[in-house]
Amino acid sequence: MYDVIIIGAGVSGSASARELSRYKLNVCVLEREEDVCCGTSKANSGIVHAGFDAANGSLMAKLNVRGNQMMEQLSKDLDFAFKKNGSLVVCLSEDDMPKLQELYDRGVANGVKKLSILNRSQLKELEPNISDEAYAALYAPTAGIVCPFNLNIALAENACINGVEFKFNTEVQDLKKAGDIWEVHTSQGVFRTKCVVNAAGVYADKFHNMVSEDKIHITPRRGDYCLLDKTAGDHVSHTIFSLPGKFGKGILVSPTVHGNLLIGPTALDIEDKEGTNTTREGLDEVIGKAGMNVKDIPMRKVITSFAGLRAHEDAHEFIIRELPGAEGFIDCAGIESPGLTSCPAIGEMVSGIIRDKLNPEENPDFIATRKGVLAPETLSKEERIALIKENPAYGNIICRCEMITEGEILDAIHRPLGAKSLDGVKRRTRAGMGRCQSGFCSPRTMEILAKELNMDMFDITKSGGNSNIIVGMNKDRI
Amino acid sequence: MKSYDIVIIGGGPAGLAAAVSARDHGIKSILILERDKELGGILNQCIHNGFGLHTFKEELTGPEYAARFIEQVKERGIEYKLNTMVMDISPDKTVTAMNREEGLFEILAKAVILAMGCRERPRGALNIPGYRPAGIFSAGTAQRLVNMEGYMPGREVVILGSGDIGLIMARRMTFEGAKVKVVAELMPYSGGLKRNIVQCLNDYGIPLKLSHTVVDIKGRERVEGVTIAEVDGNGRPIPGTEEFYSCDTLLLSVGLIPENELSNGMGVEMNPITSGPFVNESLETNIEGVFACGNVLHVHDLVDFVSEEAAAAGAHAALYVKGRSCPDVGSEIVFRAEDGVRYTVPTTVNPARMDGKLTVRFRVGAVYKNCYTAVYFDSERILHRKRQILAPGEMEEIHLTKDQIEKYPDLKTITVKIEEA
Amino acid sequence: MEIRTLTCISCPMGCPLTIEMDGDEIISITGNTCKRGEVYARKEVTAPTRIVTSTIKVTGGSADMVSVKTKTDIPKDKIFECIKCLKGVSVRAPVHIGDVIVPNAADTGVDIVATKDVE
Repeated sequence: MYDVIIIGAGVSGSASARELSRYKLNVCVLEREEDVCCGTSKANSGIVHAGFDAANGSLMAKLNVRGNQMMEQLSKDLDFAFKKNGSLVVCLSEDDMPKLQELYDRGVANGVKKLSILNRSQLKELEPNISDEAYAALYAPTAGIVCPFNLNIALAENACINGVEFKFNTEVQDLKKAGDIWEVHTSQGVFRTKCVVNAAGVYADKFHNMVSEDKIHITPRRGDYCLLDKTAGDHVSHTIFSLPGKFGKGILVSPTVHGNLLIGPTALDIEDKEGTNTTREGLDEVIGKAGMNVKDIPMRKVITSFAGLRAHEDAHEFIIRELPGAEGFIDCAGIESPGLTSCPAIGEMVSGIIRDKLNPEENPDFIATRKGVLAPETLSKEERIALIKENPAYGNIICRCEMITEGEILDAIHRPLGAKSLDGVKRRTRAGMGRCQSGFCSPRTMEILAKELNMDMFDITKSGGNSNIIVGMNKDRI
Repeated sequence: MKSYDIVIIGGGPAGLAAAVSARDHGIKSILILERDKELGGILNQCIHNGFGLHTFKEELTGPEYAARFIEQVKERGIEYKLNTMVMDISPDKTVTAMNREEGLFEILAKAVILAMGCRERPRGALNIPGYRPAGIFSAGTAQRLVNMEGYMPGREVVILGSGDIGLIMARRMTFEGAKVKVVAELMPYSGGLKRNIVQCLNDYGIPLKLSHTVVDIKGRERVEGVTIAEVDGNGRPIPGTEEFYSCDTLLLSVGLIPENELSNGMGVEMNPITSGPFVNESLETNIEGVFACGNVLHVHDLVDFVSEEAAAAGAHAALYVKGRSCPDVGSEIVFRAEDGVRYTVPTTVNPARMDGKLTVRFRVGAVYKNCYTAVYFDSERILHRKRQILAPGEMEEIHLTKDQIEKYPDLKTITVKIEEA
Repeated sequence: MEIRTLTCISCPMGCPLTIEMDGDEIISITGNTCKRGEVYARKEVTAPTRIVTSTIKVTGGSADMVSVKTKTDIPKDKIFECIKCLKGVSVRAPVHIGDVIVPNAADTGVDIVATKDVE
């Protein structure tokens, strides 16, 4: 019997889990994938928005601004990459200035600090590669970029060491109420709990609608992205947005926190909640529109493309509350952009609802900090030499492109909620995320996984399930 | 800090041949740094035959070809370090390297020979749409799994790109029990050698579809199939030509990129056409005493030419260490690649530094039939050689002599071009 | 009378060769641009041969696999038989280049030999 079961180990679920681990509560996170950060949380822009987009007075606006304010300290506490690089919303003509002003005014009303409107020459000075067509821009120095994987992983790991249980490959199939108790039927059996947190991303409507007559509807809104080589990473230093349109914030151009250049996303409403495939049209649109605000983007340096699904609820608002008529069922639904930014505040809010409900004692053993996978590149030469002496695995480069050592991969595998697959290692260490896209390191990483987890090479997967990489031995079918 | 006369970055065919040559030109203090657990580089996974026809006048497999050079390195007592990654090279030629035993360490070199080879272009470089499941491999990764580790990466295979590694892997996978369904090539011609098309595809009835590309990848966990379509003259898929192939594996053989991150880091100037350094007649980069050879300089078709080029780089590095006379930089003659010639290596020549003969290597940008390779000294055509065919997949070379160049004391530009008949 | 077509591999030109045969006898070879095409065609239609390369397991050594080849070229139609006789074959290290792995593979009279040293 649990106090709280959280459906989904994305950023919302993991942030909620961590906040709940501050209390003496029996919390379990159920995740249908083999790892945390496998849905919307892994395929997004990685932007910490300033908070001028969402309508004033909305929950989105409130949690965005709060999340933005929390992110820097959280990044220090939980040791994930975050950089306050500032954002620019570019306006291409004088005619659009009222829209830019509207954004500015909304930002001020939402409580966003330090906003200013830059004229063309100020903009050029800040971003030399900005389009020659640029007329002005809204500058938000409080905006930032974050590693979405390690934000999610850090939250989950910290929740885990503070006592939250995580069950992977566990898909929730049905929710039934037995008196005051929820029965959560899953692919791995039935679990009983006082409260359910519905943090199921694009599937949050499915679970909401199982328990409520007041239906919601989430549309997977697909966004295609292209990621460019690190040699293109300094093409811009700020996150460059277009003036927002009906389908969101348009195609952005941004450095990533690891020094790549990211362009995207498109915005296409689809039916398939698993439709994370890029399309020719989508990638063409990314490539076509990226040049609107930023000139001379070196498109031949694209190293990968990917698509993510935003969980767009019809009302375009976060739904975070205990459902009337379904006591103990807490929605955490419609978490689309700025969901990543908001996640620390979402966690607080979810935890607040449950605290008020269950009146738990505080967890006196709560540890608020966590150390990430040690990155030798951040050490001084002397420290690095000492590290290799102590553990020679840190002297053995496995991923040439990102210069990731065996030591980091071992750390990623053996830490709490450690990596079990190639993608798991990749998201925790960046091994395989570089310009050769794992061509060189994947056989080596597979060997390490097999050895450390005592697995057969045939059972090593890219990302769990049936994503096996090796299908047999030479000549086994001749 | 330890110091060597010559530090060679990479122990593949280029690094080995450069080391042997530098030793034979009188340099004793040489160190090869190799990141893998053995010398030989990518030849170790190229178990097919066809290597060495020029160098040894016999047909060897990759490991056998490598072994010949490894033996020469060992006979000469040339030092090498395995499992050692070079992290950085500074412009003053301090090489920072790392391995398990010695940790992070620095070596000072009088001369550096860059011989890091190349890597494969990934899927992302092509913007192939679709899902990102398991079962998508670069041909070289599949080659490593099959040839070095004995693992089958798939049972039913589609190959995109007709580069030589892709063609070789079509045959390899067939031998080991896989069904290779089709090889699709974006260009209207293959990027691989004719011999490989006949002996790796035709021999086994594997169709080669020119002017075709992959337009969709199906399968969320593991590849379930790919859609191939014909492309127009601009490489755009033609609607209505889509054809679905069910398969569990997509191999990519879509080009090689010289691996020049270290060169870039030390400030070596790069040729955007080859993605390798600009070099002079001594295969020396813009940084004095830093030489480049093999696939890090430009992607070769045959390893024999890598060895030949690397031997020249080794000889020039030896000369540099011994203190060559440095004539006035102003007397450099510039190569220009025009009319179908994509690039030349080298890009400049200083006649005073030339030994008797200079090999100029180049590639063409399209298939040319019944044409001429022409070389102009400024405006005067000094070479006009009939060629039945020139193809982008094959490297070409011309030879110039010191005598020939010295007859033109005011020579500024040497132009290499293709002329139609 | 039989007509066979081949692509010449002597150079990148890839001439389409047409060979007129009467039983085992070559009547004519056309389509070649140079002499090498004719030589190639003659060999390909009368006795096509290939060198076959593969890998086998090696135990107790510095590597898990060792590469092998037929010591000389073998008849083309024996390729798969040759590969088949390597199925399940494994050797103990050390193995050296030239070591015979399978003698007289698939009755071709040609040995399969190692092409790599594994200590």
